[in-house]
Amino acid sequence: MSLSRRDFLKLAGITTLSTLGSVSAVNLLRRDNIEASQVSPRPEALKAKRWAMVVDMRKFKTPEDYKRVIDACHSAHNVPDFGNPKDEVKWIWTDTFEHAFPGQESKYMPEGLKDKPLLLLCNHCDNPPCVRVCPTKATFKRSDGIVMQDMHRCIGCRFCMAACPYGARSFNWRDPRPYIRVENKEYPTRTIGVVEKCTFCTERIAKGLQPACVEESNGALLFGDLEDPDSEVRKALRTNFTIRRKSELGTGPGVYYIIGGSENA
Amino acid sequence: MLEKALTGSRRYWTWIFLLLGISGIGLIFYLKQLSYGLGITGMSRDVSWGFYIGQFTFLVGVAASAVMLVLPYYLHNYKVFGRITILGEFLAVASVTMCLLFIFVDMGQPMRIFNVLLHPTPNSIMFWDAVVLSGYLLLNIIVGWTVLGAEHKDVPPPGWVRPLIYLSIAWAPSIHTVTAFLYSGLPGRHFWLSAIMAARFLASAFSSGPSLLIILALIIRKFTRFDPGREAIQALGKIVTYFMITNVFFLGLEFFTAFYSNIPGHVYTFQYLYSGIEGHGKLVPMMWASNVLALIALILLINPKTRRNEKTLSIAAAAVFLSLWIDKGFGLIVGGFIPNPFERITEYWPTMPETLITLGVWAAGLLMLTVLYKIAVAVKEEETT
Repeated sequence: MSLSRRDFLKLAGITTLSTLGSVSAVNLLRRDNIEASQVSPRPEALKAKRWAMVVDMRKFKTPEDYKRVIDACHSAHNVPDFGNPKDEVKWIWTDTFEHAFPGQESKYMPEGLKDKPLLLLCNHCDNPPCVRVCPTKATFKRSDGIVMQDMHRCIGCRFCMAACPYGARSFNWRDPRPYIRVENKEYPTRTIGVVEKCTFCTERIAKGLQPACVEESNGALLFGDLEDPDSEVRKALRTNFTIRRKSELGTGPGVYYIIGGSENA
Repeated sequence: MLEKALTGSRRYWTWIFLLLGISGIGLIFYLKQLSYGLGITGMSRDVSWGFYIGQFTFLVGVAASAVMLVLPYYLHNYKVFGRITILGEFLAVASVTMCLLFIFVDMGQPMRIFNVLLHPTPNSIMFWDAVVLSGYLLLNIIVGWTVLGAEHKDVPPPGWVRPLIYLSIAWAPSIHTVTAFLYSGLPGRHFWLSAIMAARFLASAFSSGPSLLIILALIIRKFTRFDPGREAIQALGKIVTYFMITNVFFLGLEFFTAFYSNIPGHVYTFQYLYSGIEGHGKLVPMMWASNVLALIALILLINPKTRRNEKTLSIAAAAVFLSLWIDKGFGLIVGGFIPNPFERITEYWPTMPETLITLGVWAAGLLMLTVLYKIAVAVKEEETT
């Protein structure tokens, strides 16, 4: 059979398109989305039905308390420091009460509480808007409630950044590698043009360790299974009044805050 | 018919090379962006979409407007538009192409663009936007080219093209509705979280697109032997008038809900855009320019005397186009990010490379439009001689 150049090109085009199309169709029909599979979990891995965190602001007293926690996370995960807000990448950071809980502040709240920094991070929502909008499933929710980011699949469209009501997501506007102070060889660095955020330290949970920030917090951060009535977080939620950021949006944030009264001002 | 784009006057070639030059400059700066990263633009962690996505949003509207010519002709047998439906269809082709280019230059990892097809995600509005935009592009290329080809050969268009034309009529509103859904379904972005967002998008689309068509029709009449027709231009003028009134009305509705309810989240962005907050007001002059232009346009359009006069009509059309370009290409997208989720204000302004890349995409789109219009006009000129 002889093919003219024109026919060959036509055929090649149709084949490519139909292959792409059928791959997509098969993916679309496979409803039970398979968990982006890690290797079979180690026996020592921590397990939960729904990971969550309680931030006990009463236990953050000095600037050192915050710094220790933030540094632990950022150095473990090779988060770059550009030194300017425009290129900034951050996984865990602080802001004052009125900015962390806009609309909740009042003129007459305890002095000092108003300006006290709160620790902020990804809320690992029950119903994450970032996952809903991602066009490639690069961000997805694991069955244990952790909202993950696949930085190899991310196309850098930043729809998730527009969708996240918590400002929890950062984009690599520039090459981050030259701005990593000391590289942790155990954890990957990122490339230009992808989004990243807190992952509740899935890499540590898999080894049976608590998240880096929790480990460094001297008990100010509690991490555990929300569905286990005997977990640390459930105990804290049972005995303290807690609030969550923008829970009225229906996102079901998984980070709870114990603000405390004037005694911590 | 493509060969008709290969012969032309000196003026035609000068224009072509000018556009090529501008897109070339854009391309050079795009390569720079590719190696440095999107940090080369004015975007930041807080304002994570800017000029590119603004242009994309505005141009989806321009593309949707082809239906304003196609619908009256094919559904109501409004013959006057029969001569110029091709102008609408080819404008749609060039606009959607620009949309796709703007999406492309906005991506952090453009090499991974096929991940959208490889991992189709029906719960993402962006997936549907890709579907409706590429569908609309294909429909308009096929319909436009086939009908023009038939005209070229002096035969009636083939029967199979009719269902596609009807489909394209139903399809046009979808591209702008889905594009509005990109924004209007996000919790926590109060400025965008408005049920009339899609309706606003359509109203602004059906005024900005036909405005551009009026200007293009007048240019074609001036520089070629093809006359799109006074009556057709007047009919477009009426379409622009009604939709511009609707558009301003819808904007008024947004203002009412925001300011009468007085809910801070709903008020802040409007305050930022039109009066500035805490000394931050980079967009204020632009937004007022948009309002003034809209007002001028409405006066010229509603008054029958000035609408019938093609000179004042063309001024009105330019005012509508510019007003909506500012409103949608700039204010709507950037405004949605200000203030940020922490109610802090980070401002945005495009950088020089970003502006040149944007100009480059516009030039590429205009180049495509010029070539397509050159072919269409050459076919039309055959008939008149």
